Amino acid sequence: MRRQRRESRVHERYLRHSKKFPNIWCAGCGIGIVLGAIIRAVDGLQLDKDDVAMISGIGCTGRMPVYVDFNTMHTTHGRALAFATGLKMVRPEMKVIVVMGDGDALAIGGNHFIHAARRNIGLTAIVVNNLTYGMTGGQYSPTTPIGALATTAPYGHIEQPFPIAELAVAAGAAFVARSTVYHVRELEKYIARAINVEGFAVVEAVSYCHTTLGRLNRWGTAPEMMRRLKENSVTLKQAESMSEEEKRGKIVRGIFVEQEIPEYTRLYDRIIERAQQRTSLQVETA
Amino acid sequence: MTTGRIAKELSPASGVLMQGDEACAEGAIAAGCRFFAGYPITPATEIAEALARRLPQVGGKFIQMEDEIASIAAVIGASVGGAKAMTATSGPGFSLMQENIGYAAMAEIPCVIVDVQRLGPSTGRPTSPSQGDVMQARWGTHGDHPIIVLAPSSVRETFDLTVQAFNFSERYRTPVILLMDEVIGHMRERVILPDPNTIERVERASTTVPPEWYKPFENFPADVPPLVPFGEGYRYHITGLHHDERGYPTARLDEIQPWLERIFRKIESSLSDILLYDKDGIEDAETLVIAYGAAARSARHAVELARERGRKVGFLKLKTLWPFAEEVVEHAAARLHHVVVPEMNLGQLALEVERVVGRHKVRRVNRADGEMIQPAEILAAIEDWELAR
Repeated sequence: MRRQRRESRVHERYLRHSKKFPNIWCAGCGIGIVLGAIIRAVDGLQLDKDDVAMISGIGCTGRMPVYVDFNTMHTTHGRALAFATGLKMVRPEMKVIVVMGDGDALAIGGNHFIHAARRNIGLTAIVVNNLTYGMTGGQYSPTTPIGALATTAPYGHIEQPFPIAELAVAAGAAFVARSTVYHVRELEKYIARAINVEGFAVVEAVSYCHTTLGRLNRWGTAPEMMRRLKENSVTLKQAESMSEEEKRGKIVRGIFVEQEIPEYTRLYDRIIERAQQRTSLQVETA
Repeated sequence: MTTGRIAKELSPASGVLMQGDEACAEGAIAAGCRFFAGYPITPATEIAEALARRLPQVGGKFIQMEDEIASIAAVIGASVGGAKAMTATSGPGFSLMQENIGYAAMAEIPCVIVDVQRLGPSTGRPTSPSQGDVMQARWGTHGDHPIIVLAPSSVRETFDLTVQAFNFSERYRTPVILLMDEVIGHMRERVILPDPNTIERVERASTTVPPEWYKPFENFPADVPPLVPFGEGYRYHITGLHHDERGYPTARLDEIQPWLERIFRKIESSLSDILLYDKDGIEDAETLVIAYGAAARSARHAVELARERGRKVGFLKLKTLWPFAEEVVEHAAARLHHVVVPEMNLGQLALEVERVVGRHKVRRVNRADGEMIQPAEILAAIEDWELAR
């Protein structure tokens, strides 16, 4: 109880009080849990609010930045990472947190996602994976499981889902972790680590949408779907000793990669040095 | 290497031989541009190549993004961070950028978008000139919004109008489109660039109010509220949704309407600053030629030929295409019955001229096959009117 009260006071310090509540999310949604985890992670790192930017795209998760007292920007669908890339280039000292849903980050924004990872630019990408397009009412997304019903898959979904964390690892991210909105302490810890990473860091937060996909598939109420996240997930360590058959349909949680590779804006600083040395040499020899 | 040489020889009295695309890059540097994001595309690639060399020399930053959508997004992000920022592309890339150009108009983020037009539609002919994007530059993104579009017709003018594009974008907090074309972009001319110290540079207005009072989208008293960069202690929200004066999403009509009125007012009340044009011989003219961009070069030649033959021909070269200089055109054509509008498209700006002066006064001269419009074609139209009289 005491901890809860202390935490709600932490949240109070970071939420905007002018005009912006109640929020737009359905009661029982997991997105608010991710926002809480981000706020506590930022608070734990004792970052100055002025030095934190939160950038989002479109969708339910895209609405997250408006509620928090950072430098916030709600951009176009799928493009949050590209906007954030420009901001980070000219403000490399800022902590730029990019929040996206699965459709935003991996369908319309999939190209930006893999290229930001490849480039290893110092952004913290948090993908709230609720397996669907919630805001538009439950269409299939790049992470909807095969066989699930969606409003655009009335006879069952036939496409393979993207494993977000594994994709980020393959694309070259410096840090990749996955947790769920049930494992909120773990999620908070991963987010804090991701913010501190020099380079592109991805945290996949597996969530659910009980009002669209959940209802359509009779997956139960929000608490029941939350219980599924608990019962249906295993740690990376547990997964190591499991067969492929046993792992099927399980959410594997943990840190998938944590590596030191040169960060993009730091590398670019060297480009500036090189260009300026060359120019001054030319002027001297002229 | 070339650029190093250019940098050293920027303002010799004898001038330098320079391409339009290079002049655009140098104009950007001179205007204070310190961020460029782009994607390779003919005939605009040279702008990116020049800035990849030049920007780090002046402490600026260049990035080649994964596509044009990302390029304009990064430019807007950089501008929010406080840098003067630009991207450059051609038709296919310009089409991809449209959604985010609308975002910049909606969120009032200064930025410069260069479109070196090539023959379209679709992939068209990448190395052939065209003026086919005039209407797209005005209406390419969805929804009603103001925009400023400038069109140079020489290498030196490309330099000047690039500087001007940055100045307008910062002064009016708006995206500005520099509408070049393949002829202007690839053509080399001897140019004498101005002394950098004499160039007027508009810097973004700063605010004096404390952060808790700051309203980044305030409607009164000024039409252009200051935009404080992220990271400087003024934490606020930017969105592509309709928003209130603090930037928070709104559906209230009493918040949307004043905003809408202001973003148009900020442009329309400053037409005397924004509308750039050259006119000559209009006072006693019997025929008026209105042209812009590469076609203005042929048009000027045609006007000279016609005058040599004793005809009274006035010439109006528009450098600002949008907002359309309707009063300027109306005034110039007031007593005339013949207005010739040559364009390297099937008639785009002619629609505006016709709207203002009346359809029956206008003779269009069009070419949309990827070839430069010829002075003889324009001359024929001028003389045709003369004969008809």
